[in-house]
Amino acid sequence: MTHSLVTLAQALGPVQQEHLLQARQMQALSFAVHIPLVCFGIAFPLMVLVMEWMGHRTGDPLYLAIARRWSRIMVALFAVGVITGTILSFEMGLLWPNFTATFGGVFGLGFAIEGFSFFLEAIFIGIYIYGWDRLSPRAHMLSAVPIVLTGFTGSLMVIAVNAWMNHPGGFRLVRGEAVDIHPVDALFGNSYLWHELVHMYLAGYIVTGFVVAGAYAVARLRGRWGRYERTALVVPLTIAALASPVQLLVGDWAARDVAESQPTKLAALEGLGRTEKGAPIHILGWYHDGEVKFGIGIPKMLSVLAFHDPNAKVEGLDAVAPDERPPVNIVRICFQAMVGIGTLLALLGAIVLYLRVRRRVLPEWRWFYYGLAAAGPLSVVALICGWIVTEVGRQPWVVYRVMPTSQAVTAAGGIPVGYATLWIVYLAVGAGVVWILRRLARAPLPVGGD
Amino acid sequence: MSLQELPMVFVLLGLVFYVVLGGADFGAAMWQFAVGRGERGERIREHAHEAVGPVWEANHVWLIFVLTVTWTAYPAAFGSLASTLSVALFVAGLGIIVRGAAYALRSGSSDPREIGRIDAASAVSAVLTPFALGAAIGGLASGRVPFGNAKGDLITSWLNPTSIFIGALAVAFCAYLAAVYLAADAARRGDADLVAAFRVRALGAGAVAGALSVAGLVVLHEDAHRLYHELVAGNGLPALIVSVIAGLATFALVVRERFEPARFTAAAAVAAIVAGWALAQQPIFLPGLTVEQAAAPHDVLVTTTVAVLGGAIILFPSLVLLFRLTLGGHLGHAHEERAAAPVVRRDLVLAAAPGLLGRIAAACLLAGFGLLTVAEAGWAHAIGVVALFGFIVVGFAGTVPALLEGEPES
Repeated sequence: MTHSLVTLAQALGPVQQEHLLQARQMQALSFAVHIPLVCFGIAFPLMVLVMEWMGHRTGDPLYLAIARRWSRIMVALFAVGVITGTILSFEMGLLWPNFTATFGGVFGLGFAIEGFSFFLEAIFIGIYIYGWDRLSPRAHMLSAVPIVLTGFTGSLMVIAVNAWMNHPGGFRLVRGEAVDIHPVDALFGNSYLWHELVHMYLAGYIVTGFVVAGAYAVARLRGRWGRYERTALVVPLTIAALASPVQLLVGDWAARDVAESQPTKLAALEGLGRTEKGAPIHILGWYHDGEVKFGIGIPKMLSVLAFHDPNAKVEGLDAVAPDERPPVNIVRICFQAMVGIGTLLALLGAIVLYLRVRRRVLPEWRWFYYGLAAAGPLSVVALICGWIVTEVGRQPWVVYRVMPTSQAVTAAGGIPVGYATLWIVYLAVGAGVVWILRRLARAPLPVGGD
Repeated sequence: MSLQELPMVFVLLGLVFYVVLGGADFGAAMWQFAVGRGERGERIREHAHEAVGPVWEANHVWLIFVLTVTWTAYPAAFGSLASTLSVALFVAGLGIIVRGAAYALRSGSSDPREIGRIDAASAVSAVLTPFALGAAIGGLASGRVPFGNAKGDLITSWLNPTSIFIGALAVAFCAYLAAVYLAADAARRGDADLVAAFRVRALGAGAVAGALSVAGLVVLHEDAHRLYHELVAGNGLPALIVSVIAGLATFALVVRERFEPARFTAAAAVAAIVAGWALAQQPIFLPGLTVEQAAAPHDVLVTTTVAVLGGAIILFPSLVLLFRLTLGGHLGHAHEERAAAPVVRRDLVLAAAPGLLGRIAAACLLAGFGLLTVAEAGWAHAIGVVALFGFIVVGFAGTVPALLEGEPES
């Protein structure tokens, strides 16, 4: 199936925009800032709640003190998540008005429901954070349950929209306009949704788990290792250690779905220039001129992984016109980084689980804690690389094989100015967040009461 | 009202909530900054910050609601207005970032100098955001946003007499609402000094907002004649009258220190202005495009309506809960210790469980691998995912207690 970029889907007419790349980078920047915060929105509330529950169950004030401290970090990150998320929703119109104008009716429902989800999350975070001193333990823990649930439904909605962009359905295109729209079908009747959702949801737990555990690993390396540090390390580490091996299986599932629905993306992330039977994979290397140079090749492996058949035919980049291919090296390098980091994280997790089963202890080696301290930032790198794979791998399309990015963009000028401004503001916000996290970490631990 | 117009009612309701709730947050930030130094100024600042704390995020989600419903139900009109008004909306977006970041940072600081700087940044953004959003509405109201991708002027669409008037009015409304609410909060806490401080501010800001509204009619007469005409002699008139009555009632209530009803009349006065704009402008959305024409296809409107109503059923009880807890003083930092509950010491899990949990977790992992990785069918994948999550949950229950209790203190 080949399309030409001339099949334009557009409600507002054709566009000329010389700064398309900056518009995409501005969107990417906004996204890269927001998505790690989303991970904390998904996973942190449950970790805080588990800690609080442990405190009430055992009557041990240490658990409650940790839960309380974490909840302050949670609300600070949530506030920053609210504003960076608001910016993303602004950009849907500011940067991509033709996309929203043409397909708002198809995918918009997802964001509308996500808005409600966000709403409930904000309401109950307010109740939870400000209810520590005033609500009964049971009521307080109950107020956290909607936060955990809306963390899931919110990501379900946003991923449903993204899955639709990657695997569009639920409408017909007549003279550039979407007609015969079935929003529910488009968003939730999409086979592509489920692997993306599970992959991202797990990533939320892995990133949050390793980042939080990594912070206490740094404390241990600096010689602070009491009951407080150990407890605050064990809970997030255990979650990340269990989730990261599972992520390998889920990632493999995701790749098989991509192979089926987006063969060009698969070809880009494996650097497969020509369609072939028994296609190999390459580890490392550089894609040039239709093949991977300097990579370590494993024959037939791609066919096995993607189709469970060593001789299966895998579609290469040559199946589509050159202007319909994504930038291969960006996508491929990010893919390799994600898989490489993911494998290391799974290994780290496996070590923790092995020692738990064999000897019921945490690892004692110093190098393990160096690894754990690195795992936090590395997991964020893997997360962002994964999203680059999905989003840049979809290029040049905003709606896969329906609408090119170049026709979704705004016709307004001044994108470079906006992009530069956003960088400055986000750098300032980033500095502010680092500052407040250090401040919160240095505050005396509120064991007992406040 | 037709199905095509129903989502616009949701959008406007969302806008009203954003103005009367989120707007007051911006106003609180203005008052936080615009107080003198010294101990009294500090108390006013803390009061303004604390009153907003629990509700800040929720109040700002209304804006996201407005955006998402607009682009779902009126996609092409949304694309047109967002592209033409992109500068104004970007400025508003930056203001929201600064205000939100300042809010997050403030809770981590106790140094007065730092707090002073944070409050200054917060106040600048709290003026900028309502002004820019009001100015954007001014562009829509004066017919300066044509259909199409950035077809209008990027600057004059939001920097023109009507826009500047509505922007200024929005800033005044924010300050006014905040002053009334904060006076009411202070009265609830029984703090006479703070009540007096915000009573004066409420009366002053109310007078300014009222005078600005009257002056604005002159601007509209010159710059947006159709809107003016509909407002003073057409569809918008009833709303205008309601606004005037509610505004005067608020004034009287604040003078008599009856702040609780004043909260509602103040909000009604502002809400009526939004309604008046909508009634005066309808049925036109953009020049040459009515709300009906701008609406998405029938099925989209039906699902959007169902989603909004369904969401509202969950949302409103939650909001009521939040505001009842906040206004009833059940949220916030304790000024006295809550009586400690009797401590019950229990183990985390049953002593016999870990070995069993380990075996269940291993079984889940194996089943997950078989069903998700080896099997091909969709239903198998679904069960496989559930099994893998089972592995994580059961594995967690089996791992954590042993690691927490297994090691001696070091």
